[in-house]
Amino acid sequence: MRIELEINGSVRALEVEPRTTLLDCLRDQLQLTGAHAGCEHGVCGACTVLFDSVAVRSCLMFAVQAQGSSVTTIEGVTPGPGELSPIQDAFCETHGMQCGYCTPAMILVAHALLSDNPAPTREEIVEAISGNLCRCTGYAQIVEAIALAAERMRGANRPKDARK
Amino acid sequence: MKAAPFEYSRAASIEEACALLSADENARVIAGGQTLVAMMAMRLARPTRLIDINRIAALSYIRAEADTIAIGATTRQCVVERDALVAKKAPLLARAIPWIGHAATRARGTIGGSLANADPAAECALIAIALDARLSYRAGFKDAEIAARDFFVGPMVTALPAGALLTAVRFPVWSGKIGGGFHEVNARRSDFAFVSAAAQVEIGGDGACKRIAIAVGAVGDFPLRLTSAEAALKGGKLDDVAIKNAVTQALADIEALADLHASAEYRKRVAITLAARAVTDARDHALGKTPHAH
Repeated sequence: MRIELEINGSVRALEVEPRTTLLDCLRDQLQLTGAHAGCEHGVCGACTVLFDSVAVRSCLMFAVQAQGSSVTTIEGVTPGPGELSPIQDAFCETHGMQCGYCTPAMILVAHALLSDNPAPTREEIVEAISGNLCRCTGYAQIVEAIALAAERMRGANRPKDARK
Repeated sequence: MKAAPFEYSRAASIEEACALLSADENARVIAGGQTLVAMMAMRLARPTRLIDINRIAALSYIRAEADTIAIGATTRQCVVERDALVAKKAPLLARAIPWIGHAATRARGTIGGSLANADPAAECALIAIALDARLSYRAGFKDAEIAARDFFVGPMVTALPAGALLTAVRFPVWSGKIGGGFHEVNARRSDFAFVSAAAQVEIGGDGACKRIAIAVGAVGDFPLRLTSAEAALKGGKLDDVAIKNAVTQALADIEALADLHASAEYRKRVAITLAARAVTDARDHALGKTPHAH
C-alpha cells in the first residue's frame, strides 16, 4: 500500500506491506535506525517515536496506520548537523546512558514530557520514563539528565526543537 | 516477531466497518492496537484482514447525557485521563485510567479496545463492572446495548456478537456526596494487575452510606462485583471494621486465579485488603478527607 507521511519535517511517500510495523518501516525503508528494535511487542519502549508530537511505541503500529501523520525520530531532534538538542546534551553531561540502546527512546519521551510540562517533578519524570526499560544505568542518571535539561530549557532562550 | 500477512482496510464510517466485518469472519477490528499488534507479532492472532476504525470521527467523543457520561469506543485512554468532564462525572474512572499500561500505550490505546479485549486484569473492565456501565454496539444495521455484567463472559471473551462493532460505553453518573477509591498491586508500575479493586460510595446527609459499588479485578475470569458486601454496608456508617468484615465475607467463597505470578491464596488475601482500602478511600473522598497513603 502507498502511504505518505511527514518524517522529521519532510514529506515522504512509500510503498509498504500492511504487516510492516512503523518501526520496521523507519529502520528498513528510511534507514532511521535510531528507532531501536528491542522486544517488538510493546514491553521495552526502545522503539518509541513521536507520532503527531506524542510518544508512542512504533512496534505497536503498522506503517499503513501512519498515513498522513507526522513522525519524529531521534534523528529529527537535533537543531542542525553536528549539534545536539539540550536534552541530548544533558544525557551526555550526566552520563544518562551506558550501552545506549534505550537512549533514543528515553530522549524522545523526555521531549514529549518537557513540551507538555516544562517543570516536571522527580515523580513526574519517573512516571514519564516508566514505560522504557534501561538495563545499564539504574535510571538515576537518566532522571538527572531530564531534570537538568528541563532546568536549562526553562531559560529565556528556548531552543527550536523544544517549541513543539 | 513479525505479523503474518493480512489485508488492510481503513474504514471511513461505522457502516463501512460493519460491512467489512460481515464480509470476512476472520477479519478483526483494530482500534489502538496496543494488545492486538503484539498478539499479531507473536502470531497468537492471525486475522486475514484488519479493519482500522481509528479514523471514524463518530466513534471518538466524551459527552454528558441525561444521567450518564458517554464515551465513544475509539476515544484514546490518554484523552479520557485528562478530560475534565470524566474527572467530574466519573471520578472512579479518572482514578483508574493512569494505571492502564504506560503513557505511550495510553496515547494509542482506546477505551472501547480495552473493553472488547476483555483482559481479566483490565482497569476499564473493572470500572465498567463496578459502575454498571452499558456498552453500545452496531450489528449489521441495528444498534444494540448490553450491560457490562453481561458483556464479560471469560478471559478475553465477550458476549459481543460476531460481526458486531463496539461503538460506545456509558457510565452512570452518581449524584450527591460521592467518592471513589482504586487500588492495584502489580510487579512494576503500570504492569498487569495481580489484583485490583475499585469502589464508589455516596454518603447521605446523616453520614450513612446511601449507595455503594465494589468490584475486584484480575481475581477471576472477569471483574467481580462484591454485591453481598454492598448489601451489608448500605445504610451503615462505613466504619473500618464493618468494611473489612463485609469484603472478607464477600470474597470467602470465590475461587481466585492462580498463575506464575500469584497464587490463588495470595490473590484472595490481597483482594480483601485492596477492596477494603478502596471502600475506605471512597468514604474518605466522599467526606472530603485526604485518603491515606498506602
